[in-house]
Amino acid sequence: MTAALIQARDMTVSHPGADLPVLSHVSMGIQPREIVTVVGPNGSGKSTLVRALLGQVALTSGRVERARGLRIGYVPQRVHIERAMPMTVRRFLSLPTRVSDAQAAAVLERTGVPGLEQRQIAALSGGQFQRVLLARALLNDPQLLVLDEPTQGLDQPGIVAFYRLIEEVRQETGVAVLMVSHDLLVVMRASDRVICLNGHVCCEGTPQVVSAAPEYRALFGAEAQGTLALYRHHHDHDHDHVEEHVHGPDCGHHHHHREG
Amino acid sequence: MLDDFLIRALIAGLGLVLATGALGSFVVWRRMAYFGDSTSHAAILGVALSFAFSMPFYLGTLAVAVGMALLVAWLTGRGQGMDTVLGVIAHSALATGLLAASFIPGLRMNLDAFLFGDILAVTRSDLVWIWGGALAVLGLLVWRWQRLITASVNEELAVAAGINPKFERLILSLALAIVVAIAIRIVGALLISAMLIVPAAAARGFARTPEQMAGSATFIGALAVVCGLFASLRLDTPAGPSIIVVSAAIYAVSLVAYRK
Repeated sequence: MTAALIQARDMTVSHPGADLPVLSHVSMGIQPREIVTVVGPNGSGKSTLVRALLGQVALTSGRVERARGLRIGYVPQRVHIERAMPMTVRRFLSLPTRVSDAQAAAVLERTGVPGLEQRQIAALSGGQFQRVLLARALLNDPQLLVLDEPTQGLDQPGIVAFYRLIEEVRQETGVAVLMVSHDLLVVMRASDRVICLNGHVCCEGTPQVVSAAPEYRALFGAEAQGTLALYRHHHDHDHDHVEEHVHGPDCGHHHHHREG
Repeated sequence: MLDDFLIRALIAGLGLVLATGALGSFVVWRRMAYFGDSTSHAAILGVALSFAFSMPFYLGTLAVAVGMALLVAWLTGRGQGMDTVLGVIAHSALATGLLAASFIPGLRMNLDAFLFGDILAVTRSDLVWIWGGALAVLGLLVWRWQRLITASVNEELAVAAGINPKFERLILSLALAIVVAIAIRIVGALLISAMLIVPAAAARGFARTPEQMAGSATFIGALAVVCGLFASLRLDTPAGPSIIVVSAAIYAVSLVAYRK
C-alpha cells in the first residue's frame, strides 16, 4: 500500500447514552485518486463514519491518521438553505473563504453548471444545487472529496449524470473520493472499492466482489439482487473472486433491524 | 440641538436601527424570533432588579438577557426542547419581574415605559448607552460576519470549515442581549422583537445576498423610525408602536416586490 490520504485504525464511536457503539473496530483507508464508496442500510453508521474521519466526533477508541496538510472538500448530507436567506450562487461559493470571480467561474464550469453565478440558490433544481455544492467543495483544490449521500433527491438520470461527473473530476484533478450512499444501483459501477458497513466493516473489495458477497446480500436483501443483476449486465462477473473479499466478523443476518 | 426631545428621539432610534438591521436578519434566517421575544420579555426582570439595586437599568437588563441566553443554551444542551425552555424561562422571568416591580414604588408608576417604550423621553446619557451598545453589536457582527453567515447557511458546512457553530450562536445571543438592553427604552419590551424582525422581513423582498438584506433592513428600519416619529408627533400616537406600524406597512409593500 502507498501512503493513504486518510486512515482509520480500529476506530470505535459511541453516542452518549446508547448501549451499542455506532461504529465498532472500523479500519479503512483511502489512497490517492481512489473512489471509495461506503454502502449500508439506515442506521449503519455511515454518516458517523464520515464525521469521525473528518474529525467532527470524538472516538471512543482507535485513531484516525490524516496525511499532513490534507485538504478535504466536503459535501454534507441534505444541505437545505432557508428561503428566508437570500443567497446567490456566487455569494455561496465565497463561504467562508472569499474567492475571486475567475475562480468561481472556473469551478462552476468544471462541475457543468457554468454561468449560474447570479442565480438564487433557492431557485436551483436539485441537480444544479448538488453541482454547486460540489463546486464549492472543489474550491480549495482538495486531495480528498467527501460526499455524504450526494444524490439524495435526484432522479435516476440525475444520479447517473452526477456519478459520471465525479469520475470526470477525478480524472481531471486526481482527487480521491469518499462517497456514502444508499443507492446501490449506480454507485457500484463508479467505485474502485466498496465498503459495506453495518456498525462494522461487513465486507469490502471491488464492486464485483462486494456484490457477490453473502454478507452484502444478507444486508440488502432483494434490493441487492437487483444490483447484482444490473451489475452482471454490464460487467463480466467472476465468482472465483469471492474468496478475495475481506470478511468482517459477525456479519449480516442478525443486524437487519438495528436502529441507531 | 440635543435639547430638542424629538432630535434626541431620532438619534436614539437611528442608533438602535444600526444594530437591529443586521441582527434582525440573523433572527429571521435562523428562526430566532421566539428567542428574541423571550429575551426581551425576560428583560423586565432586569429592569426590576436594576431599580431594586438602584443601578442603570441597561446593566440589569443586559445581565438578565445574557443570563437567560446562557441558561437556555445549558438546558437545551441537556436535551430540553428549545420552545419549552424558552417559554418556561422567559415567562417565569417576566412574571417575577412584574411581581418585583409591584414592590418598587418608583417602578410601579413607570412600568409602562419599559413595556411599551418611551423614546420621546430619552436623555443624553441614554444616547450614549444606545449608541455604545449599537456600535458594539455592529462591531461584533462585522468581526464574525463570514463565520456567522456560513454557520447560518449550514452548520455541517461550517464545522467542516473549522467554524464552531455553538460559539457563533453564543455571539448572536450576546448581540441580542445588548440589543434588548438598549431597545427597551425605545420601543419597549413587548415590541423589541418586532423591531428586529419586521424590517428584516421587509428587506428580504429587495435582497439577493445576505449583505443586501442586512443593509436594506437597516435602511427600512431607519425609514420607519423617521416616519414613525413624525407620525407620532402629528397624530399624537405612541412613538414606539408608530415605528413598528410603519415597518409593517413597508413589509406589506415589499411583498409585492418580492424577489425569489
